Amino acid sequence: MKLVYFASLREKIGLGEEEIDLPADLRSIADLIAWLSGRDEVYAEAFANKMARAAIDKRHAKPDAPIAGAKEIAFFPPMTGG
Amino acid sequence: MRDGTTMQKTIRVQSSPFDAAAESAALTRGRTDIGALVSFVGLCRDEAGTLSALELEHYPAMAEEEMARIAAEAESRWPLLGLTIIHRTGKILPGEDIVLVLAASAHRHAAFAAAEFLMDFLKSRAPFWKKEHRLDGSAGQWVEAKDADEAALKRWLNTL
Repeated sequence: MKLVYFASLREKIGLGEEEIDLPADLRSIADLIAWLSGRDEVYAEAFANKMARAAIDKRHAKPDAPIAGAKEIAFFPPMTGG
Repeated sequence: MRDGTTMQKTIRVQSSPFDAAAESAALTRGRTDIGALVSFVGLCRDEAGTLSALELEHYPAMAEEEMARIAAEAESRWPLLGLTIIHRTGKILPGEDIVLVLAASAHRHAAFAAAEFLMDFLKSRAPFWKKEHRLDGSAGQWVEAKDADEAALKRWLNTL
């Protein structure tokens, strides 16, 4: 799975993108955040404020959105464009 | 398409500055059916006199796709004849333009409403993030999203 990070989340994690093999039992965005946070303190810290938003294949996704079949999952803070 | 007229749509993400007047002229050139054109320009603001620049980061591909989805939603709500959305990325100096929204319609109400709707959704749904660079060279802070921006969205979700 390709994971991509933006803005403050990218800086906290220290990566713009990475390929990770995910366990098959991860079903949702929330599961993925919990799994990433559980395996590495840096991720736990980055996601600790519960502010992260997600996109699956470049569409906004809620925490309970299923990740099966996704090619690219993005995490980022609330947007501040315009 | 509406009564045989065409809907002209331009959606761009670019690092270079845009020319709002030229974009307005391009949207209305050769048209006699447009009776109202609303133009909104968002600028890089420096209230305290301490900002050297804003740096705009974006999620390539998703930014354009999300802008197109927001534009399609505006088209479904109002009888629009033209739309232009241009969002800049990269380093932007105080006083420079960041974003342009043009909404054209036969009458003013639709043009005003669509332009406001587009800006409200661009601010909180299009994947762009602003980082501040300070004149004293200190480490820039990421601009935080405002609750007021989220509230502005909810207003639209309760209409129609």
